[in-house]
Amino acid sequence: MIPGSFAYHRPASVKEAVSLLGSLGDDARAIAGGHSLIPMMKLRLASPAHLIDLAGVADLKGIREEGRDVVIGAMTTQHELIESDLLAKKVPILRETSLLIADPQVRYVGTIGGNVANGDPGNDMPAVMICLNATYHAAGKSGERKIPAREFYQGAYFTALEPGEIVTAIRIPTPAAGHGYAYEKLKRKIGDYATAAAAVVLTLNGGKVASCSIGLTNVAETPLWAEEAGKILTGSTLDAPTVKKAVTAAEAITSPASDGRGPAAYRTKMAGVMLTRALARAKERAGV
Amino acid sequence: MAKSQVSMTVNGKKVEELVEPRTLLIHFLREQLHLTGPHIGCDTSHCGACTIDLDGKSVKSCTMFTVQANGADIRTIEGMAAADGALHVLQEAFREMHGLQCGFCTPGMITRAYRLLQENKNPTEDEIRFGISGNLCRCTGYQNIVRAIQYAAAKINGVPFQEAAE
Repeated sequence: MIPGSFAYHRPASVKEAVSLLGSLGDDARAIAGGHSLIPMMKLRLASPAHLIDLAGVADLKGIREEGRDVVIGAMTTQHELIESDLLAKKVPILRETSLLIADPQVRYVGTIGGNVANGDPGNDMPAVMICLNATYHAAGKSGERKIPAREFYQGAYFTALEPGEIVTAIRIPTPAAGHGYAYEKLKRKIGDYATAAAAVVLTLNGGKVASCSIGLTNVAETPLWAEEAGKILTGSTLDAPTVKKAVTAAEAITSPASDGRGPAAYRTKMAGVMLTRALARAKERAGV
Repeated sequence: MAKSQVSMTVNGKKVEELVEPRTLLIHFLREQLHLTGPHIGCDTSHCGACTIDLDGKSVKSCTMFTVQANGADIRTIEGMAAADGALHVLQEAFREMHGLQCGFCTPGMITRAYRLLQENKNPTEDEIRFGISGNLCRCTGYQNIVRAIQYAAAKINGVPFQEAAE
């Protein structure tokens, strides 16, 4: 398969990148790892006249701590997330999630910025970012702004990004030391999108849930924040009846499509099963 | 569309070429450099037959534009054997352990296994299976591919290859 022709640009700074995107308008697309965009271009579902490669922008790389937050440059690859000692210590759910994305080759190239900004409901990181209450830093021709992950996703491939804007970094409030976490993903094979998946981050205090945040992947047009389910669990010991009530509340907000991964009702149930498993594993990992 | 100048190192040789920006790396390697070891299998970044080593990463060359690889250091299956033709330990291992049948996936399997062993000198069977999960083989059932990588790891580490107990 051969993509349509385009002009290739490789800016060296964010400023140069957004100025190119601004001046070239709708004919231009930013490319990060390219593992969503290039397949679309090969199928001619996307035919940008200009491709702005962000790989030369050094400012978009790296993982660092800033005060109480962890900040990840948008061009950081999934492989780099897996290798990061800082993330393993501070936000280990990111390593667990990255290992469930695609396959080794794709993880060497695919970036966290592309994963969160593309708006594909099948991507895994958006629900995790919603769970973690992350904020995306965006840059465009009118400057920089911050967008909470929980307000970013508006529909399939439809996000709060304005034309010409790119995500430059992801800011995650560092979860409390001793937090429990899990990302549970049901997929048919390596490299598949989730039939359903659930992200959980919780803290315990005296054996009771002090806080609980839940994100769901690929069971609606956007990733979902299961706010009500988290509230139901807060204050509980994660006893079976309360977990069941929370799972019912989480299932209620899903609206998956029926597709090759199964009929809608099945995928909703699997979201519940993934959530139940994620809660159990997060509880095991949490300090009391 | 105007062509772009790219320069890179491929199997230790400096290469300077003109390419259309839309030229995929796999097409450049196969059709312009005549390195037909990397194969086009699925053409949709699933099968791994086009896997090459690029700047210390295993990459599916069907899902990268040549211009993105400008300046890169690339190794394909053609760059595995020594200049005198002596097989790389992984090539020897695939031969000895019958790690291929039709051979279509083999260049991708070997270049991927090369990077896997660079990062993890002594992988467990599970780590090998996870490490090659981006490479599909439709013949072998993977059993002998895993054995071949175990054989190569043992040889690299200078220890005798031991078959796992059945």
